Amino acid sequence: MKTFTLNKLMASAAVCMVALSGAASADPHPDAELIIEGELNVKVRAEPAAHLDGAVPEIYSGWLFRTDETRSLQMDDFENPAMLGVEAGQDAWNTVEGAAGKSCADCHGDAAESMKGVRAVMPKVNDNGDLWSTEDYVNNCRTERMEADALKWNSGDLNNMVAYISVQSRGMPVAVQIDGEAEPFWERGKDMYYTRFGQLELSCASCHEENYGMNIRADHLSQGQINGFPTYRLKQGKLISTHNRFRGCIRDTRAESFAMGSQEFRELELYVASRGLGLDTEGVAVRN
Amino acid sequence: MSDVKPRIRLPRTAKAGQAAEIKTLVSHVMETGLRKDSDGNTIPRMIINRFTCEYGGEMVLDMALEGAVSANPYVEFDIMIGEATEVVFTWYEDGGAVYTETKELSFG
Amino acid sequence: MITRRETMAMGLGAATITLIPISVNAAADDAIAAYTGGASVSEGGVMITAPEIAENGNTVPISVEAPGAAEIALYADGNPTPGVAVFKFGPAAGSHRASTRIRLGGTQDVVAVAKMPDGSFQQAAVEVKVTIGGCGG
Repeated sequence: MKTFTLNKLMASAAVCMVALSGAASADPHPDAELIIEGELNVKVRAEPAAHLDGAVPEIYSGWLFRTDETRSLQMDDFENPAMLGVEAGQDAWNTVEGAAGKSCADCHGDAAESMKGVRAVMPKVNDNGDLWSTEDYVNNCRTERMEADALKWNSGDLNNMVAYISVQSRGMPVAVQIDGEAEPFWERGKDMYYTRFGQLELSCASCHEENYGMNIRADHLSQGQINGFPTYRLKQGKLISTHNRFRGCIRDTRAESFAMGSQEFRELELYVASRGLGLDTEGVAVRN
Repeated sequence: MSDVKPRIRLPRTAKAGQAAEIKTLVSHVMETGLRKDSDGNTIPRMIINRFTCEYGGEMVLDMALEGAVSANPYVEFDIMIGEATEVVFTWYEDGGAVYTETKELSFG
Repeated sequence: MITRRETMAMGLGAATITLIPISVNAAADDAIAAYTGGASVSEGGVMITAPEIAENGNTVPISVEAPGAAEIALYADGNPTPGVAVFKFGPAAGSHRASTRIRLGGTQDVVAVAKMPDGSFQQAAVEVKVTIGGCGG
């Protein structure tokens, strides 16, 4: 069929382009170390998790694929513009909202204590057996305990709160659970990772497993790790959520994308997070 | 805008007679006036158009900004430390809103 | 530490200057002429620090320095509106340098014009390549 042929052609053209344009900058930075504020050493290279079964020889933070200027922004909490979101999240943490007259701090106290390690294990299966992202836990607290409205996915308010929670896990190893009750979600996420989407027929793996280090047009492809989310993206000039980036990636394959906060993206988030097992949680990162 | 929030980093210890670095960052979208919304209407310009830093009654830096300054404007510059402790920072927004923040130097 | 290209263009170091020929577009020309009041502008005396390639044009780190200058005006000659910022150094300034982050609509020259206390003007320019395309562009 004509359409089919055309799609195939576009896909192979895209792959050729990826393959051919990679020579100039084919690697992540060979020896840069992410040391924040001169004291917090964040692991940006690691042995791949066993479940990756040799799919990649080493895993790398997206930080290593960025330019000197972008990398340096993340090494200084003042220069890191994501910290604006963290501070706003901290204010919100202590602000009473909703009919119950509670703030986050009323139940959870000092986030530096209570939220330590939380982001590192997200997304996580909840008590009802559902897979929830950090955003879902925040919104559940808001609607059930605070009797406030749920925040919109990828809204500034929700990203700020997730950023504030994430920063409490900065430098802690990614520790998502992938077995037991999490396994069926993880398996579906893995299937999605290797599923080709869109007119370009690209899967996550096409770019981020098979061609990381190469350029896709002017973009230096990373391994697509999400240990740095929420991330301040220079392109948008603001914090963005993991699901926002997923949506953009799938859209860029010329596919109808999934919604932020969809079950598909929660499962993909779990699988992609598990590809970062061995790295440290970076939230909040700076990317291009 | 309600979400204009400044961040300021002064030198850790100040010494009279020495130059020292100041970094400032303010949360602001810096809407250029060149973009259109999904209905094709131009989004009106709304930027921080001036930033000043004053010390001991004198100007350190007086900066005029255009829409080409990135969102969340970042400015880094040097101050000549004298006897005064207070440093006053002011951001001027289109439409007349003014945001002021005063910080105190700690002398080492 | 970080590899940034520095264009050092001091008056006497002409032999080592790697200045890009200054060929600003008409809008930038007009903006600079408005700033200088049409006075002639000599080259050199201003240092611009900028990345050779900016990963995203929305946030490009730029530093300018001009020893002794009263003011430094910054222009992006390929932007729809070329003016970027004017830094006026007051009596309490500790140096004649400033850094900020700017938006560049594409590969273009960034021009810094320094106004000296005697009313003369000096300028330098540096090209910044802006990557467009791919997922980040």
